[in-house]
Amino acid sequence: MCGIVGLYLKNDKYQSRLGELFSPMMIAMTERGPDSAGFAIYGDAVDSGIKFTLRHEDENYDWEKLAKDIEEALVTKVDWFKNSKVAIFKVKTDADFVENYLHENHPDVLIMSAGTSIEILKEVGLPERIVNMFNLDKMQGTHIIGHTRMATESAVTMAGSHPFSTGMDLCLVHNGSLSNHNRMRQELKRNGIHFDTENDTEVAAGFLTYRLQQGDSLHQALEHALKELDGFYTFTIGTKDGFAVVRDPIACKPAVIAETDDYVAMASEYQALTTLPGIENAKVWEPEPSTIYAWERGSN
Amino acid sequence: MKTIDLAKQTVRDLNQALHDQAAACTETEWEVLNPKGQHNLAVGLDQKLKVDIKGHAGYYCGGMNKEADIVVHGSAGQGVAENMMSGSVRVKGNASSSAGATSIGGLLVIEGDAGSRCGISMKGSDIVVTGNVGHMSCFMGQAGTLVVCGDAGDALGDSLYEVHIYVKGEVKSLGADCIAKEMRDEHIQELSHLLKRAGVDEDPHAFKRYGSARQLYNFKVDNASAY
Repeated sequence: MCGIVGLYLKNDKYQSRLGELFSPMMIAMTERGPDSAGFAIYGDAVDSGIKFTLRHEDENYDWEKLAKDIEEALVTKVDWFKNSKVAIFKVKTDADFVENYLHENHPDVLIMSAGTSIEILKEVGLPERIVNMFNLDKMQGTHIIGHTRMATESAVTMAGSHPFSTGMDLCLVHNGSLSNHNRMRQELKRNGIHFDTENDTEVAAGFLTYRLQQGDSLHQALEHALKELDGFYTFTIGTKDGFAVVRDPIACKPAVIAETDDYVAMASEYQALTTLPGIENAKVWEPEPSTIYAWERGSN
Repeated sequence: MKTIDLAKQTVRDLNQALHDQAAACTETEWEVLNPKGQHNLAVGLDQKLKVDIKGHAGYYCGGMNKEADIVVHGSAGQGVAENMMSGSVRVKGNASSSAGATSIGGLLVIEGDAGSRCGISMKGSDIVVTGNVGHMSCFMGQAGTLVVCGDAGDALGDSLYEVHIYVKGEVKSLGADCIAKEMRDEHIQELSHLLKRAGVDEDPHAFKRYGSARQLYNFKVDNASAY
């Protein structure tokens, strides 16, 4: 089943309340996905360098030592803070250096996301638990995408939890299942896209990353996705400045979008949108099949 | 009036209490609080009850309804009033996809918009949508009436049998074997009557009628060799 929710702010009116507005949306999707939950939040962007979301299984992991190790090894400056089992590292160097360093020297540290703005936080458990664990209520930002999972295709694990990110600042959540993901994963691997799991959704994220690397706009990348990806899906996608929703040509996986002057919100079911300010007067509709709905900062 | 608060009781408690009324009716008016989008609210009723759901409903609300009059004071998820036999279901807000799917009788009124596949495979019910309906509405509709006061999405009435479809607004496209038809007096009468039953104030003369061209489902002897 699974539930997906997204909230994209069109101006700065609610930026300081993004997490507070989004928490009830996640919790409203509990019945659709009680196994694990996660969200990708965009905000607190770094002007230079890269922001990583790192995770370690040990809640008492010594992040300070890791920060010092990175500073010494890569001769750079690291700002960091801890949030439950994850830590946000802001590093003034190239992403590749840090990723290679971590793979070689600290393979037990998982990279959840990399970019200038994105942070991905996800865990196994009920949405309410995860929302509280990471103190989502207090978070600020420009847009956020969340997922509550009812596991069907692969096990209930942190690694199988959404959102998936396979490229800088890109994230994707998915309700549905893809039928051609194995073949496509092979093709994408040959084109240099790295995958961490056997999950079908990660392939969709990888496909978009690949298309964006080829120079596509988000809209163009999604047009390719509609042609190449086979299966049932409602996707919600976040990029550094953008937000998009797309459904397959049959559109049997649910989705509803609400738009006001201040925000665009999407959810698997309308009930997740009912706590948003001004929802009574929002334009509410169910996205049509094979149609790309995209918003990008600066373009609207 | 009996009140069931779903913040304190389960959906199963609610449905069991409503089903218990089938054998011996002791309470006809029911109010459901805090539905919070839960699925399968007030399904399988078999008694002349009045049920007010105060909030948003999830999937299949009022499914298989017989006799009861159910009002959702909010929006409803997929498959509202699916397989309804008789009685009525009224949604004050929007309904998601497959509203009134396979419904056999009764009246479904959606005061907002309905999503895709509204009235899919309907078999005799009457559906009135005050707003718009999404793509593939009335797909394989067999009998009954679908009234849309707003616009209809792509492929309206695809592979249609004998549902009478009335649309006031634009139709994005007609599905296979669905055609526009003449609005005769009997249709104006049928539509007037239905709008009145639904409590919808619209001029029946403003609607267009659509129906089956009857090219797909009639057996043609020329095609006998294909079987």
